[in-house]
Amino acid sequence: MNIPGYEYLPHPADVRFTAYGSTLEEVFEQAAHAMFHVIIDTDVLNPEHSVDIELESEGLENLLYDYLSELLYLFEVEEIVFGRFRVDSIEKTNGSYILHGQASGENINLERHSFETEVKAVTYHQLKVTKEKGGYSAHVIVDT
Amino acid sequence: MTQQQAKELVRKVEENIFEVPIDFQEGMRVPGRIFVSDKLMNDLEVNTLRQVANVAMLPGIRKYSMAMPDAHFGYGFPIGGVAAFDAHEGIISPGGVGFDINCGVRIIRTDMEAGEVRPRISELMDELFKAVPSGVGSKSRLRVSGSELDDAFNYGAQWAVESGYGVEADIEHCEDGGFMDAADPLKVGDKARKRGKPQFGTLGSGNHFLEIQEVDKIYDPEIAKVYGIREGTITIMIHCGSRGAGHQICTDYLRVMEQASRKYGIDLPDKQLACAPADSREGQDYFKAMAAGANYAWANRQVITHWVRETFERFFGRDADELGMDLVYDVAHNVAKLEEHEIDGEKKSVYVHRKGATRAFPAGHKDIPPAYRSVGQPVLIPGSMGTPSYILHGGEGAMELTFGSACHGAGRVMGRGEAKRKFSGEVLEKQLAEMGITVRATHPSMLAEEAPEVYKSSSEVVNVVHELNIARKVVRVKPIGVAKG
Repeated sequence: MNIPGYEYLPHPADVRFTAYGSTLEEVFEQAAHAMFHVIIDTDVLNPEHSVDIELESEGLENLLYDYLSELLYLFEVEEIVFGRFRVDSIEKTNGSYILHGQASGENINLERHSFETEVKAVTYHQLKVTKEKGGYSAHVIVDT
Repeated sequence: MTQQQAKELVRKVEENIFEVPIDFQEGMRVPGRIFVSDKLMNDLEVNTLRQVANVAMLPGIRKYSMAMPDAHFGYGFPIGGVAAFDAHEGIISPGGVGFDINCGVRIIRTDMEAGEVRPRISELMDELFKAVPSGVGSKSRLRVSGSELDDAFNYGAQWAVESGYGVEADIEHCEDGGFMDAADPLKVGDKARKRGKPQFGTLGSGNHFLEIQEVDKIYDPEIAKVYGIREGTITIMIHCGSRGAGHQICTDYLRVMEQASRKYGIDLPDKQLACAPADSREGQDYFKAMAAGANYAWANRQVITHWVRETFERFFGRDADELGMDLVYDVAHNVAKLEEHEIDGEKKSVYVHRKGATRAFPAGHKDIPPAYRSVGQPVLIPGSMGTPSYILHGGEGAMELTFGSACHGAGRVMGRGEAKRKFSGEVLEKQLAEMGITVRATHPSMLAEEAPEVYKSSSEVVNVVHELNIARKVVRVKPIGVAKG
């Protein structure tokens, strides 16, 4: 079984990581975590506010791209810095995947939050969701 | 193919020009050209060569897939990548522009002597840091309405000036007169609008900066005079882009292009190169939205310029005119443009994609402001934090070799994570202070990420374009105060 987690890999300009999980839902949660951990120390964030996320995309890579892009969008527009990610389900229905989940965190407060690196966007470059023996892994590069 | 084997395939054509042969990778339609010195070639990652080769596989590419001397591994196109695609047989790709649409640089001259500013630089940086919001999560002081946002998407810096953020001469000294008329705000999605609205008039984060500089070297006194720059005076440089608006436009259209590539049967070596035929609906929709994003960025830099002038006026008790705070020029270094270039002896319309590359039109080109037409456009090359920046002038070599393009900066050699582990922001701040550079940043780790050592040497990079007559050195400026997101 893949132990849920993520690791950052070397990259000369942007941020590259692999996320692991025993299920698809878990690997998506870990990828979200890895991305927000670039922006801020997510460990200290409390789940004070949450938003529901529902997405439908063709293909798993597109779904991951859409999911992470949606979180960056919500971060800026809802002004919530997320630290917890729950993906309740990823279901396959004739060719497309439907994701249901929730992200929670704190309202952005520049006195309270010390931001590290800005993540501009999620790239398609070498984006990959792989089924492995013990679960799934996802490889992602985000533009910083 | 091993790294060594890949590099051995690259052939030196002449000094500072290397060729990635067409058989480097299956499916290449044209060879690659890399404009680097022997030393920079030696340091170039093989992945950058592969990205140059990938771009060479896209339909309708003309002459060469190119990389400027500051090239490094990016996503899709390499950073420092230049490629021109036929306006009818070619493609348009958001991956050839990047997420930060019209990330760019402008430089403002002044009549102030460095000696007058240096003693008060610390207070001045505090004021500028307050006046221009920067960093992750920062919001603008400006509240634009929906129709004002449309105007900014449509008319860029021109809208900003008409709304009171600057003077008429600013527009004349801006690439494309401060806006691309291809823009159509209707092609910009709701999400991009929502992200763009509160961030209008913010610097952003990462490598973006606002810098007070001293002109420390003049290479070409005659052209420096045309640009209005005198040794020992102060200049101000602003480096930023289209913020969340641009990031979201690119994000949205990458999805559109991912589907379009399949629809039009375009084989992609990398999904980030997703594209559509230039004259398809998808291709044109993206181009119009990208132009709107570019205009947002020009308006953004214009509004920031206005606040910088206001701050100087308050701080020095003299008005901006009296201080001689004129915009020298403003360049876009992440953008696609429909331009005419000579290919095989014929004038052709091409979409030139510049991803981390600066336009460098030479003397006589019709798209240069009249004031500079006799000498070529100013080409602005920002240095990394603590290192000099350069103003060059566009040269004939650019039209012959690079579709009128030069490098855009120093080029990274080290990742942000590694930089943070290696350097301490606090130590860096002290070192820079010893060099006479005052730094303001929202977070010390920001400084570590942008340590001078994480970039190639800007002088090495600039010398290549200088020697190839792509763009020739006019002025060198060195930082005395830097504000970072």
